Amino acid sequence: MSSATSAPGVVELERPADSEHEEHDRPWIVVVWNDPINLMSYVTLVLQKLFGYSLAKATELMLQVHQEGKAVVSSGTREKAEHDVARLHAHGLWATLRQD
Amino acid sequence: MTEPPAPIERTADGDFRVHLGPEERDLLRRLTAELEDLLAAEPEDPSLRRLRPRAYEDEQVEREYRSLTGSELESLRLENLRALEETAGRDRLDAGELDRWLAALNDLRLVLGTRLDVSEDEFADGFDPNAPHAYELAVYAFLTWLQESAVEASASAFQDEAD
Repeated sequence: MSSATSAPGVVELERPADSEHEEHDRPWIVVVWNDPINLMSYVTLVLQKLFGYSLAKATELMLQVHQEGKAVVSSGTREKAEHDVARLHAHGLWATLRQD
Repeated sequence: MTEPPAPIERTADGDFRVHLGPEERDLLRRLTAELEDLLAAEPEDPSLRRLRPRAYEDEQVEREYRSLTGSELESLRLENLRALEETAGRDRLDAGELDRWLAALNDLRLVLGTRLDVSEDEFADGFDPNAPHAYELAVYAFLTWLQESAVEASASAFQDEAD
């Protein structure tokens, strides 16, 4: 998964510490939470269809949700994260977003 | 010994065959119509809460997000439910129609499962016909059985496309 939108290290070094900029740079992450109703096979299929993940990758994320209660399934700009959450909600998954 | 066919199966020509009896098809029509009515009449009914999970922890931000995305989500939901209701009698579905079945079946399970407060291993000890809400639990088990089959058929087609 591609996540960080932060600039390469060399640019970071040249730029003075700027909290507002760092705030802007931190990616937003999308978390899927475990729930007792959604089928494991269904969650795997939705992750494959929405994000183009392989069966192995989608299964790994689904198992993480199932066993640990949650998993980060995507990240990026706030707009992208909101779009991903909306698509997950449309498929009945319990998803939230927050800035990393 | 031959196994009874799965309720939803892929066909060789790329669509999906539905093996359901007339009572099961009537039940699907009734359940989808009931949920459509509930969404229209009692949109704040507590059994609907899992259909609209929160996106944000913060109340204010959540309200703003919901005001932007909520109505689109609701109309998509109604389209899916109506599609299932209208195609419940069909013997064959294309991939797009099966996707609508998947979403609508999941919504029906989310609402009924919330109402019954089901656990992850609801039927681990088998099905008790004398349990309170035994009929609703049987309906939930039927929807789960049908959705499992729909997921398996859809996943198999999706995997072949990906390969």
